[in-house]
Amino acid sequence: MTALVEAKALSLPGRLFNVDLQLGAGQLVCLVGPNGSGKTSLLHALAGIGAPSGQVTIDGIDPGSVGPAGRPALLTFLPASRDLRWPLVARDLIALGGGHWLAEEFELEPLLDRRVDRLSTGERSRVLLARALAPRPKLLLLDEPSANLDPLWQIRLMDILRSELNGSGRAALVAIHDLDTAARHADRILVMDCGRIAAEGLDGSHVAQIFGVERLGGQWRAAVIPPEDRRSSP
Amino acid sequence: MSRTAGSLLLLALVAAAALSLLLPWQLLGALFEQDHALAAALLLELRVPRTGLALIYGATLGASGAAVQALFANPLASPDLTGTTSGAALGAVVTAYLFGFSAPIALSVGSVAGALGALALLLALAGPRAETATLLLAGLAISALAGAMTTLALALAPSPFAFYDAYDWLMGSLVDRSLAQLAFAAVPALVTIALLLRLAGPLDRLALGEEVAQSLGHNILALRLQIVCLTAFGVGACVAICGAIGFIGLVAPIFARRLTRGHPGRAVLAAALIGALLLTAADLAARLAPLGRTLPIGVVTALLGAPFFLWLVAHMRWSLRP
Repeated sequence: MTALVEAKALSLPGRLFNVDLQLGAGQLVCLVGPNGSGKTSLLHALAGIGAPSGQVTIDGIDPGSVGPAGRPALLTFLPASRDLRWPLVARDLIALGGGHWLAEEFELEPLLDRRVDRLSTGERSRVLLARALAPRPKLLLLDEPSANLDPLWQIRLMDILRSELNGSGRAALVAIHDLDTAARHADRILVMDCGRIAAEGLDGSHVAQIFGVERLGGQWRAAVIPPEDRRSSP
Repeated sequence: MSRTAGSLLLLALVAAAALSLLLPWQLLGALFEQDHALAAALLLELRVPRTGLALIYGATLGASGAAVQALFANPLASPDLTGTTSGAALGAVVTAYLFGFSAPIALSVGSVAGALGALALLLALAGPRAETATLLLAGLAISALAGAMTTLALALAPSPFAFYDAYDWLMGSLVDRSLAQLAFAAVPALVTIALLLRLAGPLDRLALGEEVAQSLGHNILALRLQIVCLTAFGVGACVAICGAIGFIGLVAPIFARRLTRGHPGRAVLAAALIGALLLTAADLAARLAPLGRTLPIGVVTALLGAPFFLWLVAHMRWSLRP
């Protein structure tokens, strides 16, 4: 079986180094890693932001060869920043991304006719998530989607992602900080460090080495590892 | 823009253009009764270029203002506040009075070059996503520099009448232009507006943020370059013929976005229509004001536009952006 998404030697100068990646259809893949480890850079490179080098194919298609009309069906990207350049009404903002509404799933009805700059950050996050999900892209790239969401919506978001992906022939790559959420919901977990994919999965000693945390009595604690031993150098 | 709003706007524009052609009526009406041919010639040679230039220049300022505001994501970016028109004026003055080329095509080339230079300087000084304060300060500095250099160029000009000569044009004037001059402004201006209209979609999607626009397959660098060049081309060509006219490029897009639910790209068309309407109306006011002589059009737009600008600055918040 060939993978839905395939990336080869993906690089961004100084940020991302020769990353190879394969995502299968229906997979929810979480991307974890310390600050500055290259999670956003990998999402950027896959989304074609910042002139990445390397090859990406989604369902056999090079997204760089697809113009703005067809791009949302192939991939969409939710940036980590919830700031907006321009104060549109929520309904119009979602419509600009193209695709079909997810108003019900995200309980957007009361928000649709309000201006996005007047929503709370969490409400705005839901609108922006709906914008990213609405075109039902083959590859969904989400940067910190649950940041700013309240506990209920953090859970609901993962449920929505799961039901969107199930049997759909699509995949999601989600950068996330919460290791427990990743462990609970992801089909696969990719651990990034120093602009590379350092490991897959959260078991083993690499978590303590890369993140500087360890599990003690069911809780994450700062690990007693000297900073100079914490990370491998790029 | 809804169909009703669009139709009303077009209707107002046609009415303003008709009034601009016919008013003041006393002289023209009397002439029509006596000498039909002379009246027709007067209409064609004097009134048509004036009305045409008001429509074309206004539309160019409106469309350029909307595009620049969408690009900078800033409602205060406009060709005059960012120094584009001053740069164009400087380019034309240097071409005409220092280099001594007074052919319309030479003036246009000099003017467009000046506008391009000013916009390039603005991008270098303020950066592509400048905050309002930075953008206004950089624009102010460029305007002041271009204004001073324009005065210097006139002072150094071989012709002793350079100041007197250039005064009316510098203040912005639509009077006594020929059909040929109309064509020299209209062709580049219409090309500019048509090409800016094609960028409406990308400019709308730019509202989602540069990262998202890039992920949607838009080349931000190319978009920025196109808008800078197009704006300089259209505004420069108009400035070469009519001098610098302020505030239309600031005000028209702000009104226009009220008609497009805040969409910055879609507002390009509405801003072109509103800009044409505003400048035609301002020209009518300049003509009909009971002051014994015709006011320079730039003075009228500044007198009406500056208080609006002050109000805008005083209320400058996100809430004013659409």
